[in-house]
Amino acid sequence: MAYTQFVLVCAGTACDSCHSRAMYERLVEGVRAHGLADRVQVVRTGCFGFCAQGPVVKVLPDESFYVKVQPTDADEIVAEHLVKGRPVRRLLYSGPAPAAAVTDIPFYQKQLRIVLRNCGLIDPENVHEYIARDGYAALARVLTEMTPEDVIEELRRSGLRGRGGAGYPTWKKWSFTKAVEADTKYIICNADEGDPGAYMDRSTLEGDPHSILEAMAIAGYAVGAHQGYIYVRAEYPLAIHRLDIAIRQARELGLLGRDILGRGFDFDIEIRLGAGAFVCGEETALIASIEGKRGMPVPRPPYPAVRGLWGRPTVINNVETLANVPVIILKGGDWFASIGTETSKGTKVFALTGKVNNSGLIEVPMGITLREIIFDIGGGIKGGKRFKAVQTGGPSGGLIPEQFLDTPIDYESLAKLGSIMGSGGMIVMDEDDCIVDVNKFYLEFTVDESCGKCAPCRIGGRTMYNLLTKIAEGRGTVADIEQIQTVATAMQKASLCGLGQTAPNPVLSGLRYFGDEYRVHIKERRCPAGRCRALVTYTILPDKCIGCTLCARRCPVNCISGERRKPHIIDLTRCIKCGECFQVCKFGAVQRS
Amino acid sequence: MHEETEITSLPDRSIELPEPVAKFIEEWKDKPGNLIMVLHKVQEHYGYVPRDVAFEVAARLRVPLAKIYGVITFYHFFKLRKPGRHQIAVCMGTACYLKGGEDLIKELETILGIGLNQTTPDGEFSLEAVRCIGCCGLAPVLTVDGQVYGRLTKDQLADIVARHRGA
Amino acid sequence: MGKITLEELRELRERARAELVRREADTSGGDIIVGMGTCGLAAGAREAMSALVEELNRHGLSNVRVRPTGCMGLCHSEPTVEVRIPGMPEVIYGKVTPEVARRIVEEHVLGHKLLDDHVYDRPAPDLMSPPARPGK
Repeated sequence: MAYTQFVLVCAGTACDSCHSRAMYERLVEGVRAHGLADRVQVVRTGCFGFCAQGPVVKVLPDESFYVKVQPTDADEIVAEHLVKGRPVRRLLYSGPAPAAAVTDIPFYQKQLRIVLRNCGLIDPENVHEYIARDGYAALARVLTEMTPEDVIEELRRSGLRGRGGAGYPTWKKWSFTKAVEADTKYIICNADEGDPGAYMDRSTLEGDPHSILEAMAIAGYAVGAHQGYIYVRAEYPLAIHRLDIAIRQARELGLLGRDILGRGFDFDIEIRLGAGAFVCGEETALIASIEGKRGMPVPRPPYPAVRGLWGRPTVINNVETLANVPVIILKGGDWFASIGTETSKGTKVFALTGKVNNSGLIEVPMGITLREIIFDIGGGIKGGKRFKAVQTGGPSGGLIPEQFLDTPIDYESLAKLGSIMGSGGMIVMDEDDCIVDVNKFYLEFTVDESCGKCAPCRIGGRTMYNLLTKIAEGRGTVADIEQIQTVATAMQKASLCGLGQTAPNPVLSGLRYFGDEYRVHIKERRCPAGRCRALVTYTILPDKCIGCTLCARRCPVNCISGERRKPHIIDLTRCIKCGECFQVCKFGAVQRS
Repeated sequence: MHEETEITSLPDRSIELPEPVAKFIEEWKDKPGNLIMVLHKVQEHYGYVPRDVAFEVAARLRVPLAKIYGVITFYHFFKLRKPGRHQIAVCMGTACYLKGGEDLIKELETILGIGLNQTTPDGEFSLEAVRCIGCCGLAPVLTVDGQVYGRLTKDQLADIVARHRGA
Repeated sequence: MGKITLEELRELRERARAELVRREADTSGGDIIVGMGTCGLAAGAREAMSALVEELNRHGLSNVRVRPTGCMGLCHSEPTVEVRIPGMPEVIYGKVTPEVARRIVEEHVLGHKLLDDHVYDRPAPDLMSPPARPGK
């Protein structure tokens, strides 16, 4: 006899800690007691998110989603739902469902996938699977039913803003380029995803390459361009491979090339490879790089929309921005604008990583809170540690502390908090991460990636990095903080491009929200998280050490001595503070202070 | 927009380029902005950009050698020195950094007996730190010749090195 | 195939939709979809896929199609595999080692049972008009 119903019990860490095991057993028992054992299967699952609402239970095939289920509720689920087919209403999830309005599907998930609509569903190397899911239907509509003005108007209604960083309205970029009289114009897709900790664009290109090609062709039609370039990181070989296949397939079907769909519109696309320069994410630097030069930015204006690649009007949009375009054309700008907040429409894809249980690629409606992302979708902090901060916007963004977790996120609210939406890296930090250390990490990155053309960025970044190093090594003074702030202001105001202008953001947000941690580093010469090596001392507690010799054997500089079964001692003059002893000790005898 | 500087006196270093590289240059010769794509092809073939090849590229593309070196040294991706037969690249993106990417580098330095950006004397391995390779969900990660190893701990490294040695 | 016109694009779409249910090859046994983005591959998606194919072959299940897709977004539980077979709910399995892959064939495809401890939730409902699928 085959099973007809399945009861899924979340056995993730959080649910497990609140009786999901007892409930699982009770469900199994209930199913058996009611004689349903050959009809209903009860299974434990991986984490479903919603950990604050746990334990959670889902019943298939009807997709009923129960939250905060107690072991005592198990009997009711069995007796009512499984036996009589009546879901237990009081246990069904009924929280805020911001996107429920736009789908008719019972909605408990926090995510809404517009950009990632095909990722994880279609075979990216098969154009037919893309076409089966309305692929190239938007391009067909644009070429048959819409004028270029209509396309731009639809985008204006949608409220779509650039997903690469600053959030400039996409329709405006397009209309500027359209307005310029020129024999040649270009469309560039910025796929130079250099922000460490962000991989949304790579996943989109790998999972749904045709959506980008289609959007670029639509952009070309709207502004009067016939050639597109995708500037993609050389570090993404799979994305390049799949784009290459997609372009060839699209050309074969006449969806790229001359006279697309017999409508007299020509458009073709070429791939250009980046070569590992973060600054090339900046649009004027990117253009220089496509032109085969060192990727150095030039002052704007003139903006690329007017004078871009080879001096011609050029639209530059990032991958995620473009991926939205076909859906906006198909479902309408008004539909898109119904999702999100007053100023920020649609969804945002984030790469949720760091010290979070369910790291992953997520797409959420604008206006969702950080708490929902980190705790409901992300399943909370790894190992039950305390949340400390989340960094959005990568090296150009900032740290957001716990008190702002309930802020609905959009471009404006994140800017107000001193961060940015950025491309979509979202890195969660816990109590073991040191703010000074993290700030230093990002500055080291921007210093290394500064192209060196303008002095504020080249010299300012280095100066700030040196000051942070000083603080991290316990040589900091209160005056250093002031100097950091002075330099930061200069960089923000005087740097040539976004890289230098935003490089101080992480440090400024660190000072703003975690000033105490900075002060402890300066005044007490101490790193509370134990990450700043120079400020950490390792000692062995004689009453806990049993003399197993493990630490002494593992110490790379042989600075731990002691007889077997007797407490050991670390020679602090030789200790390099690698922390190996601290990690390997099974008895908690090595103390870090 | 491109430099029209004529290269008049190239030293007599003209070399034969391997067929795929020569063919690629021929194909791209007249396309604007071809230099970076050509350098990618050269590095794909040699693992780095050898000096005599750079001279040859300069001649064939009619681009000043200084411009070629300007570009090579600007971009992290291009190498001027021959890397090891196996290239170990430890990710130092944010997620990997937070989860101990640095420890992986230290351990590899011990195992291989070389520092960062160096090659073992037998030419077998080279070690470098790289920018985010976008596998943050598997942090910390490293790649050996492009193959990604994720969710790593230090004790797995000796094994991974052994697996590639001589392979 | 040569260049297509608008009409042909429409036709192609209809045909492609139908093809998702039934191609020239017999896929009446359903689909197994393997997440093969960079993360998935790094975590062992290729090994999982080979194990699935081998195990299906071993049981002579030539009517179940195994195909690749991009990232499903569940990086924490890569490799991920979605199983859609008639008579069973569509589910996503995570942390699919070759061992788990063989169990998927044994227990899910043949035994019509879900695997304990490996089911993960679909992150979001399908926004695009969902094509008819086997199993529905």
